Amino acid sequence: MIQNIPLSYYLVISTLMFFIGIYGFLTRRNLITMLMSVELILNSVNINFVAFNRYLYPQQLEGHFFMLIVIAVAAAEAAVAIAIIINIYRNFKSIDVENVDEMKY
Amino acid sequence: MADYTYTLLIPLIPFFVFLLLGLTGHKMKPVVSGLIGTSGLGIAAILAYTTAFKYFWAGHVAGAAYTSLKAFEISWLHLTDKLTIHMGILIDPISVMMLVVITTVSLMVHIYSIGYMKGDPGFYRFFSFLSLFSFSMLGLVLATNIFQMYIFWELVGVSSFLLIGYYYDKPSAVAASKKAFIVTRFADLGFLIGILMLSFNTGTFDFQTLTDPHGPAITQAAGAAFMGMSVLTWSLIFIFVGGAGKSAMFPFHIWLPDAMEGPTPVSALIHAATMVVAGVYLVARLFPVFALGAPDALHVVAWIGGFSSLFAAVIACTQTDIKRVLAFSTMSQIGYMMLALGVSGFGGEEGLGFMASNFHLFTHAMFKALLFLGAGAVIHAVHSNEITDMGGLRKHLPITHITFLIACLTIAGIPPLSGFFSKDEILVAAFHANKMLFAIEYIVAGLTAFYMFRLYYGIFWGKNTHYHHTPHEAPKVMTIPLMILAFGSVFAGFLPFKDLVTSDGKAFESAIDYWIAVPSVLIGVVGILIATIMYKKETAIPDKVAGTLKHLYKWAHRKFYMDEVYLFVTRKIIFRYISVPLAWFDRHIVDGTMNGIAGITQYAAYSIKGLQSGKLQQYAFVFISGTIILVLIFVYLV
Repeated sequence: MIQNIPLSYYLVISTLMFFIGIYGFLTRRNLITMLMSVELILNSVNINFVAFNRYLYPQQLEGHFFMLIVIAVAAAEAAVAIAIIINIYRNFKSIDVENVDEMKY
Repeated sequence: MADYTYTLLIPLIPFFVFLLLGLTGHKMKPVVSGLIGTSGLGIAAILAYTTAFKYFWAGHVAGAAYTSLKAFEISWLHLTDKLTIHMGILIDPISVMMLVVITTVSLMVHIYSIGYMKGDPGFYRFFSFLSLFSFSMLGLVLATNIFQMYIFWELVGVSSFLLIGYYYDKPSAVAASKKAFIVTRFADLGFLIGILMLSFNTGTFDFQTLTDPHGPAITQAAGAAFMGMSVLTWSLIFIFVGGAGKSAMFPFHIWLPDAMEGPTPVSALIHAATMVVAGVYLVARLFPVFALGAPDALHVVAWIGGFSSLFAAVIACTQTDIKRVLAFSTMSQIGYMMLALGVSGFGGEEGLGFMASNFHLFTHAMFKALLFLGAGAVIHAVHSNEITDMGGLRKHLPITHITFLIACLTIAGIPPLSGFFSKDEILVAAFHANKMLFAIEYIVAGLTAFYMFRLYYGIFWGKNTHYHHTPHEAPKVMTIPLMILAFGSVFAGFLPFKDLVTSDGKAFESAIDYWIAVPSVLIGVVGILIATIMYKKETAIPDKVAGTLKHLYKWAHRKFYMDEVYLFVTRKIIFRYISVPLAWFDRHIVDGTMNGIAGITQYAAYSIKGLQSGKLQQYAFVFISGTIILVLIFVYLV
């Protein structure tokens, strides 16, 4: 079954996800949404890892393990990011990224 | 050769006292800091007396010449093998004599100050500065080389500056301290140039080498000539400029009267007995070089000294501030000393002037310190410096009155007080060298007697001024130094200076020349009598005399407008034609360059600061577009 689906399909999906993530990251003003966009980017990379592993080196598992590591890092990153966002909210009473520009100049 | 290494302690003790009082004095009770300062100086004085006794009598073979010896020397700055600067201690007749003078007067002033400065908030500061001054002055006289002397010379100037400006909340004192420092510093420039010229031509800083009659300075350096005078003469004239600045010789005298803004004990110590004679000491120290190598420079010394003494004596007759009268008197007496050095020759009886100068330095230190301390006691009692606020004080201040009278008689040259002997020797020396200078000094002797007794009668006799509260005699701690100094003034004249302090170290004989001694006493008596007639009781004579000599009186009263001349030169010429263009150059060219660079940088910064917008998504956009552009470049172009 899987042989019927070419590798390029996976790559198209992951590219789309990646650029949707980029687009969201650049245009959304809400920090939570930006965080979600970052997750999209990471997951598009995960798809790439798994797809390449499966199609090019089916006997090996490095791609899968690397995907797992990325998921773990993403979880940790989300925890840290949300902690930061909570602190920003406490200080600025807002999670709009436009308001968080104290460090400019 | 006896061991004199311990003389190192004489300057070092005051130095450590200075550090101790300066660093921890504010925690002590005022009396404690005063006692520490006084006892430190007391120990130094005892050591100085021991040294003098050992050098002049105990450790000396009768009849032999006094030699100069180095008690201690280290190389302080080793710059190159040829240029090494030493620090050390030189023991010879004049330095030992100066040790005695400085420690004695300084000790008296310390004791006196415990009473005079009582209750002053800066008591410990005063004593620490006094110790600093004593250290510097002792270091100056003990210097083995001219460079060490220069260092201590400047230290003395700094301590003088600190002490004149002691009342730093009084604008006139601050101005006076700055004036004294700048004027003497300006003269010291001449001293420095002189040192450089002298050591460049002789290859040494060392006094023993310089003053050796067969040494390189005297035999060789006289060769090279510049504008009709040898380089040695020029360098000695420049060195004398430094000495003239410190010793308040014309035309550098303008700082001395203003220096009287300092506390009176300071005036007694620094501006009467010790620091102002540093110039005389300097010339005396280099005397063989002057006398054998550059007689022309010695003539300059003589004429400057003679002119200053007359100039100051005339001004002193018209001043009304008692301390200023004494200041001009000091200048006049130092003129005497300079003149005596200037007319002296080297060796044996030729060196009479040298001996007389040092003799007068010694006796003058005693009686002038006494006069100042007496004036301090008077000021302490009536709280004024003006002679017009005084009168009839002899009943209120008996001890001050008697000691002041002794000092006045001494300075007037009445035998057998010490001033008679020393002044007489100077007159004899001047008489044999130059009749014109002798005539000047003869007139000055009369003027001296006149203005001193004008002062004396003005303070202690004259009108009976009504005082707000009855003046009271100073406490014992102040009157005892007066009595000791009065004792010194009376008997110092019997010291055998002819045997002890001579130009070549050998004793010589000379008897009192009655053809000069008797007239000089007479003119002193005449001066006293005129003063008695004019000022003993309140009369109209002084005003009449002032009216007759209207212009002279006015000129002398305004100190011959020397201050105004200086102001004219500095304000109208130096400030306008040198300082203003320099300031313009500094502001517009030097500062302008720097401001331009800063302006350009700032403009650049303003134009690019928008990049640091603080907007996260803008950064991310730039980052991502950059990445994509790089990828495209690498994929399609490379």
